[in-house]
Parts: sequence; C-alpha cells; structure tokens
Amino acid sequence: MKNSQYQGNRIINSVIRITGYSSVLFVLLILFFLLREGLPALGSTPLASLFSLRWYPIEGYFGIVPLILGSLLVTVIATLIALPFGICTAVFLAEVAPSWLRDILKPIIEILAGIPSVVLGFIGILVFVPFIRKFLDIPTGLTAFTGALLLGLISIPTIVSVAEDALNTVPGSYRQAALALGATQWQTIWHVTLPAAKSGVLTAVMLGIGRSLGETMAVMMVTGNAPVMPVHLNSIFAPVRTMTATIASEMGEVASGSQHYQVLFFIGIILFLLSLVINISASLVSTRSRGRAERLLS
Amino acid sequence: MKEFIIRNLSVKYSDDNESLRNVSIEIESHAITVLFGPAGGGKSTFLRVLNRLNDLADVKEIKGEVIFNGQNILDPQTDVIELRRKVGMVFSRPVPLPLSVFDNVAYGLVMAGEHRRERLQEAVEKALKQAFLWEEVSDRLKESAYSLSGGQQQRVCLARVLALEPDVILLDEPTSALDPIATANIEEMLRQLKQQYTIIIAPHNVQQAARVADYAAFFLMGELIEYGSGIDLFQVPKDQRTSDYVTGRFG
Amino acid sequence: MNATDLGKSKTIQAIGFSFLRLITAITAIPIIGLVIYIVVKGAPAISWEFLSAAPTNGMRDGGILPAIIGTIYLTLGTAIFSVPLGILAGIYLAEYASENLWTRLIRIAIINLAGIPSVVYGLFGLGLFVIFLKLGTSILAASLTLSIMTLPTIISTTEEALRSVPNSFRVVSTSLGASKWQTVRQITLPQALPGIVTGVILGLERAAGETAPILFTGATFFLPHLPSSPLDPTMALPYHIYVISTQIPGMPIQIQYGTVVVLLIFVLGMNVIATLIRSNARKKRQW
Repeated sequence: MKNSQYQGNRIINSVIRITGYSSVLFVLLILFFLLREGLPALGSTPLASLFSLRWYPIEGYFGIVPLILGSLLVTVIATLIALPFGICTAVFLAEVAPSWLRDILKPIIEILAGIPSVVLGFIGILVFVPFIRKFLDIPTGLTAFTGALLLGLISIPTIVSVAEDALNTVPGSYRQAALALGATQWQTIWHVTLPAAKSGVLTAVMLGIGRSLGETMAVMMVTGNAPVMPVHLNSIFAPVRTMTATIASEMGEVASGSQHYQVLFFIGIILFLLSLVINISASLVSTRSRGRAERLLS
Repeated sequence: MKEFIIRNLSVKYSDDNESLRNVSIEIESHAITVLFGPAGGGKSTFLRVLNRLNDLADVKEIKGEVIFNGQNILDPQTDVIELRRKVGMVFSRPVPLPLSVFDNVAYGLVMAGEHRRERLQEAVEKALKQAFLWEEVSDRLKESAYSLSGGQQQRVCLARVLALEPDVILLDEPTSALDPIATANIEEMLRQLKQQYTIIIAPHNVQQAARVADYAAFFLMGELIEYGSGIDLFQVPKDQRTSDYVTGRFG
Repeated sequence: MNATDLGKSKTIQAIGFSFLRLITAITAIPIIGLVIYIVVKGAPAISWEFLSAAPTNGMRDGGILPAIIGTIYLTLGTAIFSVPLGILAGIYLAEYASENLWTRLIRIAIINLAGIPSVVYGLFGLGLFVIFLKLGTSILAASLTLSIMTLPTIISTTEEALRSVPNSFRVVSTSLGASKWQTVRQITLPQALPGIVTGVILGLERAAGETAPILFTGATFFLPHLPSSPLDPTMALPYHIYVISTQIPGMPIQIQYGTVVVLLIFVLGMNVIATLIRSNARKKRQW
C-alpha cells in the first residue's frame, strides 16, 4: 500500500475517533454553560428565598417551589393518563392485532410522534381548552389537567414504541410453553409475556416521564401560566406553571446577567439534572431496548 | 520449500476456550495441504491465523511463531494488509460483495491502489479464466454478483483472491454449500492451481480431504495429532485416533 | 382445568381483547381526527399567494413566505452541522469502538443528549452561541443549537444501520487487504445508507418543528425583510404559530390553521419520504 494511503488512513481514523467522543464533549459543554449562567443565582438570591413559595419576579420573589410542583403535578397526571393507554395499545399491537391492522396502526402512532408540540398546543388552545371549560363548568379551561391531557398524548408514542419493542423481544418459546400448558392467550400476556418484558416496559414508562417533564410549548400554551402553589385537589383543574413554561415565557424579557436571568438558568440546571437522573435510570433498567429508546427519545 | 513454518502455536479466545494448543507444522509450497478432523478441532482458527484474520475475532492470547517469507507474522509490527494480499482466503459460504461481478474480482486490487482501467480489466479477465469462469460471465461483468448461481459465486470468490496474485490460497470448507458438480469443478481447479500457488484447504468431509490431499494434517480438539503425506494419513495412519476418524468410527 | 373453567377463561379473554381494541381505538382515532380537522380548517387558507407572499397588516394578512423560508434555512443549517458529525460518530460506535468503559460513557452521553428538554437546549444555545461566541440571535446560533439536539438521533440511527450490514462483508473485505476505513467506505457505509438517510430525515423533521430551542437563539416575529446572512435572525413556522395563536389579537383563525397546515405538511411530508426510502431500500436489497 502506498505511503500516502497509510497516512490518509491514520488521519481518517483519528478524525472518526474524535467525533466519536463529541457527544461526551457536548454534554459537558451544556452542563458547563448552564452552571456558568445559573450558579450565580445562588449568590444573588439567598437559598431560603429561592426555595420559597412565591414566584413573582417583578417584585423580587424568586421562589421556584410552585414551578417545581407545577411540573410534577402535570407530569404525574400525564403519566397516569398515558400509561394505561400506552401499555394497552402496545400489548394490542404486539400480541393481539393481526399484521394488517398493525401495519395501519403503527404509522398512525408514528404520525402522532411527528406532530410538533406547538401544533398540539395550538389544538389544545382552540379545542381542548374551551371543551374543558364547558364540560367541567370552571372559570377557565387553562388548567393543569388540560396540560396533562396534551402531555399524555405526546408521551403515548414513546411508551407504545418502546413497550411494543420490549414485548416483541420476549422469546416466542415463552408464549408457546404457556399455551402448551393450557393457558389462554390473555392469561399468557398478563402472566408470562408482560412480566418477561418488565424491564423494557419500565424503560418505556421512564422515557415517557422524561418526555413529559421536558415538554415546553404545549404546556405553555394551555396550562394558564399562573405560578400558584398546586396543593389542593382542585389545583388539578386550575391554572398552574411548569418550570419549562417559565423559562420559555420569561427568558425573552430579562436582561442578560440580571438576577431573574440567573434564576431562569438555575431552573434550567434543575431540569438538566432531573433529565439526567431519569435517563440514566432508564438506561440502567433497560438492556436491549436501549438502541430504539435512544432513537425515540430524540 | 516450506511456505509456512509454525512453531508452538496456541490460540485462546476471550471465553477461555483454547482453540489451538501447541501446534507445530511445516507447510510445503506448491502443494495441497489438507486440514481435517471433527468440528471444533481448531482448523478454522488455524487458517485464520495464517492471514491474521483472527484479529477480527475475540482473541485473548496467541503464543508461538508463524514464519512466512522469513518473518514471524504474529509480530505486531507485521503489515497485515500486505500479508492478506499474499495469503488469500475463500470461505465456506460464497459471500459476494454487494457489487458487480467485475468490481468483486477487482476489489482487492482497487483497495491496493490500482485504478488504471486497463490493468484492472486484464487482471479480472486473467483471474476469471484461472477460476474457469470467464466464458460464463464475460458478458455479465456489470451485473450484480448475486445474479450468479452458487457455484459461480464461489468461483467469483476464488477469482477475487486470484486477482491479487497471492502466494497462498486458504480455503475453509469451500464446497460445503455447493452441489457435487460444482464441487468437482472446484477440486479440479485446485489441482491445476497448485502448480502456481500453495493451497491449504479444510474440507468439510473426509472423502474430499482424501481426494485432493498431497499432504494432510489431522486436528482433534485443538491439537495436531498427525501430519504426513496424503497417502500415509488416509491409508496407513500412524495414530489410532487418526485411523478411527478416517474409517468413520467417530466423526 | 374443567370445561366451565375453560369457558370462563375464554370469556375473560374475549372481554379483555375487546377492551384492548377499544383502548387502542381511543388512542389512534383521535390522532387521525386531529390531522383531518386541522387540514379541513386550514386548507381554505392555502393558496399560492399564501405560500409565496410576505405577511401584511401586522401579520394578520398576506402570506407566510418568510416563515417558510426561515424554517427551510434552519433545517438546512441543522443538517450542515449535525449530519457529518453524527454519521462519523455513528461510524465510530459501530465500526471502531470496542465495548469498554469509555464507550459506555459515550452511550450514556448520547442518551442524555437525547433526553434534555428542548427549552434547556434553548438556554444552552443562548449561553454559548448567542452570548459567549457573540453570534447574536441568528440563524447560525439557532442552527448550531438545533444540530446538537439532533445529534443523538443521527448517531443512533447511523450505528443501527451500520450494525445491520452483515458481518461477512467486513470479513471478506478485510481478507482481501482492505483497511478498516476502506471497508467502511466501500461496502458498509453504502449498504447502510438508506437506513442512515431515513434517520437523518427523521432527525431533521423534529428540528424543523421545534420552537423552544430557537426561541432565544434565532427566531423572531416581525421581520421587515428576508434574512440576508446566517447572522441575521429569522422567522420560523413553529415560532410563528406560537405567536399568532397566543399573542396577536384579532388574528384570523383561518390563517392560524393555514400556517399549522403548512408546518404539518412540511414535517409529515418528511416522515413520508423517510418511510418510503426505508421500504424501497428493503425491497432493493441484494442480500
């Protein structure tokens, strides 16, 4: 082989190696810049004030607790909605549906995954919000529940795809053994197949939660953006503010470097760390679902 | 003349499976050496050491020496790419590359940096003629190699190797996927080729081994049990195990 | 199990299956209904003028050309940065990396990049590209932000596409004296290309529809003229939809729906193209 070929090879191999590690670089870069702009918040705002219960930046109140609780409330309800629908659909697709039906349904679910969240927020405002207001006879349809409904819709494709993948990975021999022992298909699904796919399904749920927690536009458009403390049961049907919506709606109006700016970045750090925890847990839980999950998360 | 001098070769895989244990053998050039024995004996591993293709597998440890052209090819400084051009391999299933027939046969040369059209055409034609395939495919060179029959595909794989004008041709169960006629064709071809090349073949059955062997080596569970001329090993084997295997008492 | 037990089990199964069918229908039908509803309400607004003219009357009239162009620019910008980097990184993982601690680290990083909330990407883009690198609110800053967000998708699909190419090709190519890069370039990459292209399109599709990452890095609403350089801010469809549906009083409903339809066609159109490429490649495969 000519010398120039050898040299070219070595260069290309180095380039590829460097790009391989680029993702690690970017994660560190993101963390760095979030810390750079957000940590000063701990200096400019005493911790007690930061974790107080009032978020009213104009008057200097930077308590982020209502925002954290707002995100949690919406995410929890969204997951409670999405879980049964997502898992049942996944079970139906993987175990019950004939292949022609599967070939129709899967693209439909993927269409939902492809709809931009701002479009779903748009429909939320024009359709869901008035409907909820009239149906539940409450002053406004901009509530945590409306947001949770939309978020549930958004997380369903993630849950369905990852869970269905996990169910398909369960060896056929498991099902055949159960059926040979006289179990019905129904019993096999719930007593054999689903438990065998446990880790994959758990991964699906965690990824769905991560998706809900990080969603910005749809929640911003329908949850009313009132940073109140959602502590009563009827808080579910009242306006609320999530961390993501706070950043998105207020960032445009803050002066760079101001206290408000720093606190918004600080909230960003919290979101980053939360998603870190959820995703690392999800990857520890899953074994084979990981590849598909990576793609679907993205 | 000895093409390969192998001393105390041992290969261990990452699952601690000891594939070859202390093998020492000298391979004659311009002859057909046959490696035979039951599955798992280490024949495939042995072949892949000779062209350092075992680098692609999960090898934990290699000990010993393999001298080729005066150099130990197990040395990390070895130019393995050059080595593989001199020591070519044909595999048990025909694996045409997803290219045209012409591009398949020319592949090795193109990788080596040969881009001149005429040189490539010459080399491809010569190699296909040596593989007795030229007449059948000369008008189909631009078609996908997958459009050929199994036997033709395997001959393309052989032509691919011949185009590089190697010193040695290794064949790992080359006819296991082929019908008897295609098999006979390949065997006849090998007899002609041995005048120019050193051939080491691991056939998939004892009968083929006996048919083509000038020299033979019996491998059992990673060890070289016996080595000698083809006639000796198949008709008057010295070791009881060799004799048992050859006569079909186990296999 | 006696006959009545079996009968009971079968009834339970029948009810169970119907339940599953119902739930799936409740999940799937609204999706179609949604898309149809949007298209029906928005199609009347779509005309050649709508697609090719600039907005007038404070965005309440005229066309949405700048937003469409802006989204195209952003998508192209994202592609320029994320596609080469993502494909090379995918090649590294599939063909070069051995399964050790460092590789695990890379994979964890990819999973994390994939899960970071889009608004946090916006903050990051603001901090690094807009402010630190002084690119200002620009197409460049927004594209760079979107590309890092798209990177995990491209890396993962590239790796998967490469792994699906049979290993026998690599072995044969190596045995004929090709180096690792030659094998990748001549055989593995071309064979994996349809899968890679599909993944790239799906990644770009998401980038085209995202609002939060471009909110503070490149998107703007009132733009007197089309952007003339990558350092200019731009209008973009997702951001446009957000503003006209929440912040412009007296915004005609039809234009809102029309804009949404345009974005949907753009995004779902990419989806369809990607699916077609994938199924076409499967048919044409020689092995």
